Amino acid sequence: MSTFDIILQQLINGLLIGSFYSLVALGYSMVYGIIMLLNFAHGDIYMAGAFVAFVMLAVVSPVLGAGWLGIVAAMIASMFLVGLLGVFIQRVAYRPMLGAPRLSILITAIGVSLVLYNSVMAITDGEFQAFTTDLGFAGVDVGSVHITYTQIILVVATAILMISLNWFISKTMYGKAMRAIALDKDACRLMGINVNKIIALTFFVGSSLAAAAGTMAGVYYGSIHFFMGFVIGLKAFTAAVIGGIGSIPGAMIGGLVLGLLEAAGTQLPFIGSEWKDVFAFGLLILLLVFRPTGILGKTEIERM
Amino acid sequence: MSVDNPRAREKEFPDVDGAVSKQTWVDRAYELFDNKKIRNSSLLGLAAVVLLIPTFGGNYVMEIFTNAFFYMVLCLGLNIVVGYAGLLDLGYAAFFAVGAYTTGILTAHFGMNFWLTIPFSVLFSAMAGIIIGGPTLRLRSDYLAIVTLGFGEITRITARNLEITGGASGLIGIDRPELFGLRLYQIQHFYYVFFVLVIIAIFVAVRLHHSRLGRAWQYIREDEDAAEAMGIDRVKFKLYAYIIGAVFGGVAGSFFAVKMTAISPQTFLFTQSAMILLAVVLGGMGKIPGMIVGAFVLVIFPEVFRAIGDLRMLFFGVVLLVIMLFRPQGIWPERRS
Repeated sequence: MSTFDIILQQLINGLLIGSFYSLVALGYSMVYGIIMLLNFAHGDIYMAGAFVAFVMLAVVSPVLGAGWLGIVAAMIASMFLVGLLGVFIQRVAYRPMLGAPRLSILITAIGVSLVLYNSVMAITDGEFQAFTTDLGFAGVDVGSVHITYTQIILVVATAILMISLNWFISKTMYGKAMRAIALDKDACRLMGINVNKIIALTFFVGSSLAAAAGTMAGVYYGSIHFFMGFVIGLKAFTAAVIGGIGSIPGAMIGGLVLGLLEAAGTQLPFIGSEWKDVFAFGLLILLLVFRPTGILGKTEIERM
Repeated sequence: MSVDNPRAREKEFPDVDGAVSKQTWVDRAYELFDNKKIRNSSLLGLAAVVLLIPTFGGNYVMEIFTNAFFYMVLCLGLNIVVGYAGLLDLGYAAFFAVGAYTTGILTAHFGMNFWLTIPFSVLFSAMAGIIIGGPTLRLRSDYLAIVTLGFGEITRITARNLEITGGASGLIGIDRPELFGLRLYQIQHFYYVFFVLVIIAIFVAVRLHHSRLGRAWQYIREDEDAAEAMGIDRVKFKLYAYIIGAVFGGVAGSFFAVKMTAISPQTFLFTQSAMILLAVVLGGMGKIPGMIVGAFVLVIFPEVFRAIGDLRMLFFGVVLLVIMLFRPQGIWPERRS
């Protein structure tokens, strides 16, 4: 393979992985922006999304087939159901804790994460599940690099989701309410915004995006596992911090940057793919030390 | 004094949340321990029972207790970071790994005497504490949580990828240590060794808590800005908490390595860190008896619920949630005025 081919190949890998990171990072960032909660269970929501889509695909495939039609139907169903799961978790575990110290609420989030992945582990016996689709490997060839249509469609789908989210946040009343709550919760109450409802909506949207990412990851990798959410949860948080936590465009850019850097990192001498995660976390730590506000984050002034 | 009549204090007192909660009978029972006589006699009784267990308990019982002692040391160490200084650490298994691997490598590859490896464990785990704490302690608390988690993973992945640590299969054949000419290999040997380790750990933790350092930590935990205004260098003191917590983990790791004679990266998964943290929270952050109870529950729980198999962890998660929602201060919490 020529240098160009390697670059192209890694670019595609990076873009795809980066899109998954971005979608998950958005959920982190939205929730953090609105209630300052680091939703530790978000990676597991992504995993739940993959599993719900897996079940849904099995349900709809006799009618719609396991091609794109079936996958889109399964993905939408998964986004809806997992969105509700997110709202449920928020209602049961996080809302009673909103006034509690940060440590307690973080530990609650860890508890939610434990419950989620252990339930899926118990259901699946800890086995990998094959996410079979009829998509095949057709695609276009650029030089010696084969790009499948699946890869192209996944990246486009991510772009569509992100553009819709951006529209939702910046143009609709709900989006406006979310941004207002992030600024000042009490003032929002006085202005007649139903704060609890909007927080629930934020969880719904964030969880749906994670579910979409989970479904896409299932389609892309072809297998799903109860522990698949753990590392991506960490990486997506890294992505959110890279972009500037609380910032929506920041999360999108951060995910892509992290995905591309990681793909590039695997090509560096002495850094094989087995060091990929070390590379990503090392990057996070360096970034937090030197620019904790991220690319698009605002400088935070600590008030007494 | 309230001890003479615990009911006199049956008023409302603020818990960790700053919210107001009723004092339960459990809390009143704990207040009995404020009485020196009751405390000392019950502690002596407890120590006697623990010392006598090997004479009537079987190997299974001793194994569980040894394991519980081991987690007690880890919990006491993590408690310094989480309970005393109020910093969340989600990668505590990393320190424990550093200690275990230091001893493992030095004894297996260099044929060093186990007891001589302990100073190295202390040194390396303290260094790990500085490396992890140094750059990150200025960060906001939730960033710190993620960074420590990241470091935990880095440590584990590094151990898995390096040759000197034995890669994914880990180190095997770590030599059993000798103590005054006695070769430690039976479970009752380790039972007593770990018991002594717990006593030392408790002693150090108590002394630290009442020291200048302990008061500084408490101040930082309660109000960082006020502490800084009073001239406490918060970054420096937080770093001390990290280093001391790391050393606890490192030393426990060394003993773990010789007890098991084999270590692998699988031992130091994130779940391990989460479990230790869970025990700390469960027991009641900042309180030493809480750590003992928490660690004991952590070890006993899976044994008691062995029947439900893989569902144990699920059940554990649910328990954690219920505790956080209904008793966020833990089983035996620190009283705050």
